Order: sequence, then structure tokens, then C-alpha cells
Amino acid sequence: MDESIMSERHKIKETLDCKGLYCPMPIVKMKKALKGMAEGEAVRILATDSGSKRDFEAFCNKTGNNLLEASEEDGVFTYVVEKVGA
Amino acid sequence: MSEKKKMAIIVHSGTLDKLYPVFMLASAGGAMDVDAHLFFTFWGLDALKKGGLDSAKLPGVMRVGTGMMKGRIKDANVPTLPALLDMCNELGNIKIYACSTTMELMKVKEEELIPEVDDIVGAAAFLDIAMDADVQLFI
Repeated sequence: MDESIMSERHKIKETLDCKGLYCPMPIVKMKKALKGMAEGEAVRILATDSGSKRDFEAFCNKTGNNLLEASEEDGVFTYVVEKVGA
Repeated sequence: MSEKKKMAIIVHSGTLDKLYPVFMLASAGGAMDVDAHLFFTFWGLDALKKGGLDSAKLPGVMRVGTGMMKGRIKDANVPTLPALLDMCNELGNIKIYACSTTMELMKVKEEELIPEVDDIVGAAAFLDIAMDADVQLFI
């Protein structure tokens, strides 16, 4: 999917570079970003922590936010999380 | 969304190796909308004294390796303990309690504690909070 269409569709408001950061930093930084967003807006996170996939799944599972994307390329994980609720 | 979860941690040790998991779990929990309640008792209370987090060492004979460990922590981009405390504060759902009995026992005055302490409570008050917590830890 084209980047601009994707951004439009998921309303990605911010990209957080969390490469080189370990748990719990990517989760905490994402939470901070989501706090300032409206429902339906999304944040993209780039991370290298190998445990981050389970962490992001768990975060979304427990908080009710939507994990729209979880992919990996050359050791860099990309997550897109959409804010659900206030 | 699932209902609000709660975690309760008894912080019994004031050494670096124990304080890191406390603040990492608390901040991860806080980020996940879990209310975290930390009860600092006995040697854990040292961490709440002004400068206590900064001067926390590894336990026992490992104490001499504290500098090296802090170096590794820094190299791995892991925040310092005071920075983790700040993060917890910003998240806003992490409460810090000092044990009232320990304050008497260790002759610690309220003004010696860092301002981030939310309350000074006894065991019964903390148990009242911890009783219905979803995660209960003793670290």
C-alpha cells in the first residue's frame, strides 16, 4: 500500500524512533504519544527490541487500542497503533 | 476495553538490582493503564530518601561492580533510576508509599523523603490497597 494512502487511512500522527531502546521504553513512549491523540489517530513506532512484538500485542490487548500493523524488516520492527477511546 | 487493572509491589530492597525491576514493571504497567502501587519498606525506604535512587548500589560483595553495571545500563540506553521515577510520575497512575513503621525504625523524617512520595502508610493501609490487586509482588 502506498505510504500516503496508508497514512491517510490510519491517520498516523507521529512516528517514534525507538530503535536501540529496550523495554519498557518503547511502550512508555508510545503511551505518551497516544495520550495526546484523538480517537482514531495512530502512532507508528520503529523498534529493535526483540521482545517488543509481544509487548505491543500485550499492550493493545490490555488497553483496547488497535494494533494495525506489526512487521519486521532487517531487524527493525514497525508497529502502528490506533487510539481507541478517550 | 477491559476493566481497570491494579498492581501492588512491596519494595523491600534498596539495591540497584532490585530497584530496576520495580521501576521497569511499574512504568510498563502504568503505560498499560494498570494502576501501580509501590510500598517501600525496610531497606526499600532508602530509595525514597533524597539522592537515594542515585546512590543505590549492587548488593553485598557485588557492590564493587556498581559502576560497571551503571555503565552497561547507560550503554544499553536504559534510563537511570531517577529518570524512571520521572517517567512513572508523568504516567500519573503510579503511587508511591513510604512505610510508616520503617520511618520510625530507621529514624527517617518526612522532610528527608523525595517529594514524589504520595503518602506515608502502614501495612494495613497498604494491604487494603493490595488485597484486590491483579498483580502482587514482593521485590
